[in-house]
Amino acid sequence: MKSLISTFMLFSLLSFVGVAAAEPASSAVEIKTLANPSAPVTVSMEASAVVATSAEAAPAVVPSANKGDTAWMIVATILVILMVIPGLALFYGGMVRAKNMLSVLMQVFVIFSLTAVLWAIFGYSVAFTEGSAFFGGFDKLFLKGITPESLAATFSKGVYVPEYIYVAFQLTFSAITPALIVGAFAERVKFSAVLLFTVIWFTFSYLPLAHMVWYWAGPDAYTDAAAAEKAGATAGFLFQKGALDFAGGTVVHINAGIAGLVGCLMIGKRIGFKKESLAPHSVTMTMVGASLLWVGWFGFNVGSNLEANGLAALVFVNTLLAAAAATLGWVFAEWLLRGKPSMLGGASGAVAGLVAITPACGWAGPAGSILLGLVAGVVCFWSVTSLKSKLGYDDSLDAFGVHGIGGILGALGTAVVASPALGGTGVWDYVSNSVAEYSMIGQLISQSWGVIVAIIWSGIVSYLAYKFVDIVIGLRVPEEVEREGLDVSSHGETAYHL
Amino acid sequence: MKLITAVVKPFKLDDVREALSELGVSGVTVTEVKGFGRQKGHTELYRGAEYVVDFLPKAKIEVAVTDERTDIAVAAISKAASTGKIGDGKIFVTALEQVIRIRTGETGDEAL
Repeated sequence: MKSLISTFMLFSLLSFVGVAAAEPASSAVEIKTLANPSAPVTVSMEASAVVATSAEAAPAVVPSANKGDTAWMIVATILVILMVIPGLALFYGGMVRAKNMLSVLMQVFVIFSLTAVLWAIFGYSVAFTEGSAFFGGFDKLFLKGITPESLAATFSKGVYVPEYIYVAFQLTFSAITPALIVGAFAERVKFSAVLLFTVIWFTFSYLPLAHMVWYWAGPDAYTDAAAAEKAGATAGFLFQKGALDFAGGTVVHINAGIAGLVGCLMIGKRIGFKKESLAPHSVTMTMVGASLLWVGWFGFNVGSNLEANGLAALVFVNTLLAAAAATLGWVFAEWLLRGKPSMLGGASGAVAGLVAITPACGWAGPAGSILLGLVAGVVCFWSVTSLKSKLGYDDSLDAFGVHGIGGILGALGTAVVASPALGGTGVWDYVSNSVAEYSMIGQLISQSWGVIVAIIWSGIVSYLAYKFVDIVIGLRVPEEVEREGLDVSSHGETAYHL
Repeated sequence: MKLITAVVKPFKLDDVREALSELGVSGVTVTEVKGFGRQKGHTELYRGAEYVVDFLPKAKIEVAVTDERTDIAVAAISKAASTGKIGDGKIFVTALEQVIRIRTGETGDEAL
């Protein structure tokens, strides 16, 4: 145990050094900007003829947080916590055998706690302060300098929320992402390996992707074309490429899905895969978990709007409709092709739809959301039934099949459903303060940038992280332990005494 | 004395208990069991993974009776548990050497 702890400490240190090395310590000046996930901005590079900077000149009022937005963000943050614990934990827990129930609940619960602490220590700073296009800086280590008066920008000029709630909101995103991965190698992984992997992967895959996709200077910086260009150059790499990711399709779902795929390939199949019954021990739990995910997802998607306004209401409707449509898509596909509509299929369909609408929810219209949801339900059904069995990998709870595939579909689909021609909102131009001209092909290229970078980045980091963990403590439990079940052997307790 | 062990469909358990009560049988032991016979199992499908469930749930009833009441008890169970469909179960009758009522120490037919 001692050696385990020291390994952890050592590694945490190493990860700091690693990031520091990767990051030229140039960002000495702290800009009071507030990091923000957002709609990347299309900046019209033509003459700033339309730009009326004078109209922008704010009256000399001290900026303060909007109370309504603040209240909503507090609620939204709580909703995302509900998604992880107990939502995701139960969704996954129901799908394993009874002997491994607690191991899954524990992995999700402890990953959440571990990531929360790492987020405060260095995560927030690395993801959401200005640095290079790939990593932020270290100015806000231990949340240094943040006070109750600190503000974070929203998507509207001159509208702010307290930075603390922004920190907490983003914390929940960083916490659910590594927890999603455990579904891929459930029922056979070492608990200590999960924790060490989480520390490494969080640092080198989650944080840079969050920075690449979401970091920008905030809408206030986009006063005219020149200022917009300057502000744009400080944004994350994928933000600059124009990749749209409203609530984390790339950062959360593709990122976690790929890590899951690499994980289940490296750790190997469960004993008895395709020979013994590995059936879910409680589809009831899974249904309860999926429903909590669904409810919590309103915090995830609608909260990502950062403001309680009309767009938030649109995001709400989009999220609701996509999940419902995907449930129908999955259930009817299963009914037609496999004979019976299953509850597990319904629950999986809802989650697939929620995953797919995540990047698109701020730009799609209701009809586009229904379309995206239907397609996601059918495609994810295909991926976990046909694709998985063809390729033969053992992604126990379909972290890749649902989050990876659904995430990629959603990221690319965003380019389609965001189109104003199809009822989408298009993309806001903060310079002209109007909706920019929309090119579906152009947007599809931007989205592909996001997808490809996320796949490659997460794939490489995951591979190296698993390799390292395997060498240091081993990824997999011994055969007897796997047969006995992880609950008794790893955690010394049993889920059910019936 | 005989020990009658009947394996029946779970939803027929109440009917069997009632039939035995009518005969004046004062006690039975019931266990939830699984097994297979001529009735085939079924398949379950979870996200495309197909599992064949061979062992089906049944109720096992154990009841001890005097020699002379054995036949009517067996007939009563048989009638109450029957649906006429495959999977109705089986009845086993075995000789019983001794029965003791723990509270009073009574033995044999007295203890039944």
